[in-house]
Amino acid sequence: MAEPRKVSFKINGAVREGTTEPRKLLVDFIRDDLGLTGTHIGCEHGICGACTILFNGEAARSCLMLAVQADGAEITTVEGLAAPDGTLHPLQQAFWEHHALQCGFCTPGMLMAACDLLRVNPSPTEEEIRTGLSAVLCRCTGYQGIVDAVKAAADRMRSSN
Amino acid sequence: MAATQKWVGQPLKRTEDPRLLVGDGVFIADQLFPNLHHAAILRSPHAHARIRSIDASAALRLPGVVGIVTGQDAAKMTRPFAVGVRAPVKYYCMAVDKVRFVGEPVAVVVATNRYLAEDALDLIQVDYEPLSAVVDPERALAADAPLLHEEVGSNLACHRHIVYGDPDAAFADAEVVISERFVFPKYGSTPIETYGVVASFDRTSDVLTIHANFMGPFILHPITARALNLPENKLRLVVPPDIGGSFGIKTGIFPYMSLVGLAAMKTGVTVKWIEDRREHLLASSSGTDRIAYRELAARRDGTILAMRTRWYDNVGGYIRTPEPGCSFRPIGNWFGAYRFQHLEADANVVMTNKSLTGPNRGYACGHLYFEIERMVDLLAEKIGMDPAEVRRRNFIQPGEFPYRTPSGGLYDSGDYPAAFEKALELADYAGLRRSQEQARADGRLFGVGLAVAVDPSVSNMGYITVALDPEIRGRPGYLPKSGALEAATVKVDPLGRIIGVLGSAPQGQGHRTVVAQIIADELGIAPDDITIVDEMDTFTRVWGISSGTYSSRFGSVGTSAAALAARRLRDKLVRFASYLMEVPPESVVWSEGGAHHANNGQVLTLKDLAGRAHWDVESIPPGMEAGLEATAVFAFPEAKAPDLQDRVNSSNTYGFIAEVMAVEIDPDTAAIKILKYVTVHDAGEIINPAIVEGQIYGGALHGLGGALYEELAYDEQGQALAGSFMDYLVPTAHEAVKIDIAHVVSPSPFTTLGAKGLGESSSMTVPAVLANAVTDALKPLGVHIRELPITPSRLWHLMESARSKR
Ligand code: FES
Ligand code: FES
Repeated sequence: MAEPRKVSFKINGAVREGTTEPRKLLVDFIRDDLGLTGTHIGCEHGICGACTILFNGEAARSCLMLAVQADGAEITTVEGLAAPDGTLHPLQQAFWEHHALQCGFCTPGMLMAACDLLRVNPSPTEEEIRTGLSAVLCRCTGYQGIVDAVKAAADRMRSSN
Repeated sequence: MAATQKWVGQPLKRTEDPRLLVGDGVFIADQLFPNLHHAAILRSPHAHARIRSIDASAALRLPGVVGIVTGQDAAKMTRPFAVGVRAPVKYYCMAVDKVRFVGEPVAVVVATNRYLAEDALDLIQVDYEPLSAVVDPERALAADAPLLHEEVGSNLACHRHIVYGDPDAAFADAEVVISERFVFPKYGSTPIETYGVVASFDRTSDVLTIHANFMGPFILHPITARALNLPENKLRLVVPPDIGGSFGIKTGIFPYMSLVGLAAMKTGVTVKWIEDRREHLLASSSGTDRIAYRELAARRDGTILAMRTRWYDNVGGYIRTPEPGCSFRPIGNWFGAYRFQHLEADANVVMTNKSLTGPNRGYACGHLYFEIERMVDLLAEKIGMDPAEVRRRNFIQPGEFPYRTPSGGLYDSGDYPAAFEKALELADYAGLRRSQEQARADGRLFGVGLAVAVDPSVSNMGYITVALDPEIRGRPGYLPKSGALEAATVKVDPLGRIIGVLGSAPQGQGHRTVVAQIIADELGIAPDDITIVDEMDTFTRVWGISSGTYSSRFGSVGTSAAALAARRLRDKLVRFASYLMEVPPESVVWSEGGAHHANNGQVLTLKDLAGRAHWDVESIPPGMEAGLEATAVFAFPEAKAPDLQDRVNSSNTYGFIAEVMAVEIDPDTAAIKILKYVTVHDAGEIINPAIVEGQIYGGALHGLGGALYEELAYDEQGQALAGSFMDYLVPTAHEAVKIDIAHVVSPSPFTTLGAKGLGESSSMTVPAVLANAVTDALKPLGVHIRELPITPSRLWHLMESARSKR
C-alpha cells in the first residue's frame, strides 16, 4: 500500500489539512475525514451527481477524484452555501418554497450543480435548466419543483445584483 | 370537530427542508458509532452454481481484517426466512451451498475500513461448479428446465387458480372476445441513497441493535429476529432520521439486516455496511417481470362481461417475503374501475436465476393496469368505439359506493365518471382527436391514450394469505392474518408545547409537516409550536406488524392515527379544564389553543393546563389519569382475513386516477415525444396539496422510467446486463414531463380526515396510458404495444417489421 500523503485545501472558506492514502476518494475524505456529510454518495461511478461539489468554482463529481488531487484547491460543498449568519442561499430558499426536495438525498448535489449552471448562465430558459441539471438524478420529485426553483432563484439573483 | 380548520389543506412549506438544504440531514451513512468496523460483501459472479469450497485464509491474514462470514456461519447461526408460501424454499441471508443469481452474497469481510475490506474480498477463493441457468418464467416451468431448489422439486413457488362469478358462462354469451399476451419488465425505483445497515451486539444484554434505512412493513422485524434465532425483544431496530427514498425497494434490506447482524454477532464489533450502486442494481430488490395472458369477453355495445387471465411472475432466485405480493396485492381491485362481475385468474409465481423482487412503487398495479387498460383499448378498436366511450359504459357509478368488488375489495368512495370527464376536458380530448385527424392526414404519427386506475392504499396484511389454498386456511387451528394499523402519540410538555411521535419511517413524504398541520387544527395552535418525531425505534415506539411507510398508507392510516390522538388529548384537556373551572365539561369548548367557558369568559390556555398538570399533579381530578398525552392506534375495521372464496379487502382506501396522454412519434427514429399529459386524482381530502403534487410528479416519472427506459436486463445465461447507471437508464430532468394535475374529492368514510393515500399514484397508470397513446399513434402501421419498456430500438423494430409487412 502506498504511503499516506499530506493534503491541504480550502473548503467552505477554511483551510483544512489531513493525511490520506493516495487511493482515497475525495468524497470519502470530505465525508469521513472532514466530517462534512452533506455531500452524498449515490453511485460512485459518476452518473448520479449526488456527490457534486464546486471545485475551484466549477461543478465536479467528488466520487471521480482522489483526495490528493484536491491539494491546494478551493472547494465549496453544500455546507458552504448559506451565508455565515445562516441566511439560506437564494437557491436553497427557492428549493424550500417550490417543494424541490422530498427525501433530500440528491439535494446537495442538485444545489451545487444549479449554482454552477447559474454562474455560467444567469438567465436560463426552462429547457436550459433541464439540460443543465440532467447531470444529477433525483428519484423523488419528477424534477418539476427543482426546475421551478432554479428559475425562481435565477430571477431573484438577477434582480438583487 | 376541529375548532377552526386552517392548516389542513394548505400547501405549507415543509419543516423537514431546512436541515436537508444545508447538508445537515442525518442519513444512515452519516451516523457515527463507537468501535465502528466496515463490511464488504463478496458476491456471486454466476447465475447458478454449486459452491464447492471457500478459502478465506489469505483474506483473514490481511492486516485490518477482523473477521469473515460465509454460508457455513449462516447455516449454523441463522435460519431461513419465513415466507407465505408452501414451497419449502430455504432462503438464508447468504448463499449456503448454491448461488442462484448473480450478486448473491457469498462472503462478508469485516475490517477496520471499507477500502481494506474490499481489498480482502480479492483474496477469497471460491470454487464454483457452474450450473445451467434459466431466466424466463415460462421456460422455468418446463420439465427439463434447470431446477433452482432441489427440495422444492420445481421452480414454481406458488400457484393459485381463483374464480369469481361464472366467467365460462360470460365468455359463452360474449359477442366479442379478445385475447392478448403482455410482457412487463423487471425494473426498480433505485432510490439515490442505497441500502445501509449498522449492527452491534451487546453481549451482556444479548440485544442486537440494527440501524437500517428500512421503512417497513415491520412484520419483517419478527421475521428477521427469527432468522437470527433471537427473541423479538432482543432485536432493536432503529431507523435513522432521514431515509434517501425507497419507493418500496428498501423493504428488501431485511436480509442484509440479518447478514450484517450475523457479522456483528460473529465478530463482536460494530459493523457498518453501505451498499454500492452496483450491488444495488444486482442484488437489492425490484418489481417482478411478468408474462401475462388475458382474455376479455364483451358485448358489441362495449359492455365488458368477464376477463380471464394467467400470469407468470418472476420473483428471482428465492421467493422473499412480502412476495408473492406481486400476484395478490391488488386482489381487491383486480376488477379495476369497472362493473363486470366474472373473473378467472391463474397466478403462477416462479423462481428463476434473476435477482429477488418485492414492492416497487405501484406494487403489482403497474402490471395490472397495463393489462386491463390495453384490453379496454383493444375492445374499443375491435367494436369501432371511442375508447373514452367504452370506459364510460363500464364504470362503477357514483351511487354504488361503498362498492364491493367480486374479489372482496370495498371501494370506499369515488366518482369515476366525474374524474374521467374532468381529465378529458382538461386535455381537450375532442381537440386532441381533431389534431390527430389533421396529423394523420399529414402523414404524422400522433396518438392519444387514456387510462384509469383504482389506486389502492394501506394494504391489509391478510391479503398475502390468499397465496395459500382455502383448504389450508379452512383447517381447524389455522391462525388467520388481517389488519392495517398505525399509531401516534401527542403529548404536551410542561410549558404547553406539543410533541407528536410517530413510528412511520418516512423517506421524503413530509410526515412531520403533515402531522403538524393536523395537530395544529385539532388543538387550535400553530404548526410552529409542534415538534414531530418520526424516527422509528422498535424498542420505544408503538407499532404493529403493518407499521411503516409503504403501500401509500400514511395519507390514510398515519393521518388518522395522528388526528385521533390529538382529539383524545383535546378531550382530556377539556375535561381537565372543566374540573379546574368547576363547571360541567359540556359548558367548555376548545378553540384557539385553549379551553373556554361557553358563557362566563373563563379561559384556560394550553400553557395553563400544561403547567397545572405537570407541576401540580394533585390538581388532576379523581379518576383522571395523570399526564398530558394521548396515544391512538388506528386500525381499519374492514381489513379482514380472506374468506374461503378468496375474497379479501386487500387495501383500505381506494383512490382513483384518470389520465390522458398525447404523443407524437418520429417515423424515422421512433423517438416518442410526449405532447400532453393530464392526470386527475381522487385521493379524498387533501392535507398538503404541495406534497400531494410532489408525489404525483414523482410517481409519474417512475412509471415513465419503467415504460420507456429502465430494465434490469439479463442474458439467457442469467448474466446481469445492468450493473451501473450507465446501463440502467434513469430519467433525468431532460426526460421528465410537465404534468397537468387536477383533483376531485370523494372523502373516505373510513379515515378520520377523509383522506386517502396516493404515494404510488401515477406510477401505476403511466405504463398503461403511454402504451395506449403509442399504440394509437401507430394505428396507421398496425403496431400494438404488448411489451415494455418501449425503448427506441424496440419500437423502431416494431415499426420496421410492420412496414415490411405492408
Ligand atoms: S456518487 Fe458521484 S456521481 Fe454518483
Ligand atoms: S429528493 Fe429524493 S432523490 Fe431527489
